[in-house]
Amino acid sequence: MVDFGYKIQADRQINLDITNKALANFVKKHENSFNTCIGCGTCTATCSTAKFTDFNFRRLQLFIRRGETANVKAEIAKCMLCGKCQLACPRGVNTRNVIMMIKKGLEAHV
Amino acid sequence: MAKKVVVIGGGIAGMESSAYLAEMGYDVTLLEKEDCLGGHLRNWERLFPTMRLGQEVLDFLKLGVDTKVNVIRNANITKVNRIEKRFQVELDRGASFNADALLITTGYDTFDATKKEEYGYGIYDNVITSAELEKMFMEGKNIITPTGKVPKKIGIIHCVGSRDEKVGNVYCSKVCCVTAVKQAIELKEKLPEVEIYCFYMDLRMYGMHFEALYKEAQEKHAINFIRGRLSEASENMDQTVMIKVEDTLAGKPLKLSVDLLVLMVGFVPSKGTKEIGKMMGLEFGTNGFYKTKDQHTMTNVSNIQGVFFAGSCTAPKTITNTITDARAAATTVASYLESYDLEIRTKAFFQ
Ligand SMILES: Cc1cc2nc3c(=O)[nH]c(=O)nc-3n(C[C@H](O)[C@H](O)[C@H](O)COP(=O)(O)OP(=O)(O)OC[C@H]3O[C@@H](n4cnc5c(N)ncnc54)[C@H](O)[C@@H]3O)c2cc1C
Ligand code: SF4
Ligand code: SF4
Ligand code: SF4
Repeated sequence: MVDFGYKIQADRQINLDITNKALANFVKKHENSFNTCIGCGTCTATCSTAKFTDFNFRRLQLFIRRGETANVKAEIAKCMLCGKCQLACPRGVNTRNVIMMIKKGLEAHV
Repeated sequence: MAKKVVVIGGGIAGMESSAYLAEMGYDVTLLEKEDCLGGHLRNWERLFPTMRLGQEVLDFLKLGVDTKVNVIRNANITKVNRIEKRFQVELDRGASFNADALLITTGYDTFDATKKEEYGYGIYDNVITSAELEKMFMEGKNIITPTGKVPKKIGIIHCVGSRDEKVGNVYCSKVCCVTAVKQAIELKEKLPEVEIYCFYMDLRMYGMHFEALYKEAQEKHAINFIRGRLSEASENMDQTVMIKVEDTLAGKPLKLSVDLLVLMVGFVPSKGTKEIGKMMGLEFGTNGFYKTKDQHTMTNVSNIQGVFFAGSCTAPKTITNTITDARAAATTVASYLESYDLEIRTKAFFQ
């Protein structure tokens, strides 16, 4: 057969019909402020880790909410738990507890 | 004899409601604590969304109170007595005024930006507020930074003192997004070479024509809109101001040095609003503004019978909103004075 160079690509869309909400639900259950994030990015702007790596706490929370959890474990390990983000957040998200609950949720294999 | 209304606060709301009540035939006294009328409007050079001069609206309002309203300036209210269904308002200089109804129009103050210490206002010279920028426009001088430079880069920060639990103000101040767009356009018209960056969380262009003004800012003036909220500002050696945000649409932290940083300060209840409220026992809502009896159906009605509200003392409002609210309040006061039961339908449905 002639090879036209076409490949079947994996579907990259977030599929909200089958999304895995287990981790998001776990974090939400143990830290209610998790859902009040408005994605303003103040946490990431002030975060020393975000300055030097591509760790991004705002985006990580969003990915968890969308069920995109494949890289969460490696990502969350980069956080130093310094708490600067918590001082800056205009929505009063308890970011440090969110981070702790993400870690706990991962341990519990949710 | 005509029934008496005393209106407290001679800003837009107080002026326009007084004009309407006087035209309806009531005996209206307007008490203003400053030596002139107009409130904040006196400080704004051009107005969104039309770019009309603030002075023109001021002249329009003045015409309404010039002849039929008894205007008392420098009025320092010390006491408000209630005698059955009537009121008596006392001033420090001994004068007192009787009223069958009171209308409170004591307005707002701009947020004190020194409370947001990490933004550097009052610490770094080149950080100013939107109200101070408006003052520069008003004075008609060339735009230079407080340290004496013609700015090449200007940053505009939205939501300063609004939508921020850390300062205790969770509400949106409603006018600052479009004020930012307006001021950015004005700066660009005065300094065509300047680069302007607006940093926002959400752009709230809800008003008729606001979106068009936003588009004009992009299309005609190449103003940059970056979705991200300032975490902190710091001063560089050359007194420019370094700002840090996350460019949330790019998904990366971003830094930028600007010659001038303009903070879009939000609304807080004015000192006068707090004082009069405490003096009279008026109810405040969770955000510290006066609480209206029902958010849909009794927007100008207070918890005290015969006392009404208009304008930004109940919530942040644009001038359009304020004028509309003032006329609504005039109607409400008149209805009350004509013995129309203001509460009956609300009670039937919602209480
Ligand atoms: C930077 C900035 C720019 C703006 N630009 C625009 C614009 O372009 N277009 C627009 O539509 N809106 C604009 N606004 C909004 C506008 O300023 C308000 O809508 C308007 O001022 C509200 O009028 P007001 O009468 O309710 O209150 P105020 O303007 O606050 O007036 C209240 C009055 O009451 C008096 N007072 C207070 N306490 C007492 C007391 N105890 N006794 C007697 N008198 C008292 C005060 O001295 C004052 O005169 C802007 C706001 C800001 C912050
Ligand atoms: S600062 Fe708070 S609201 Fe803003 S993105 Fe971070 S967690 Fe969300
Ligand atoms: S606690 Fe973690 S996410 Fe927050 S600022 Fe510190 S390193 Fe960044
Ligand atoms: S109008 Fe815009 S700048 Fe003002 S508080 Fe609301 S969102 Fe923030």
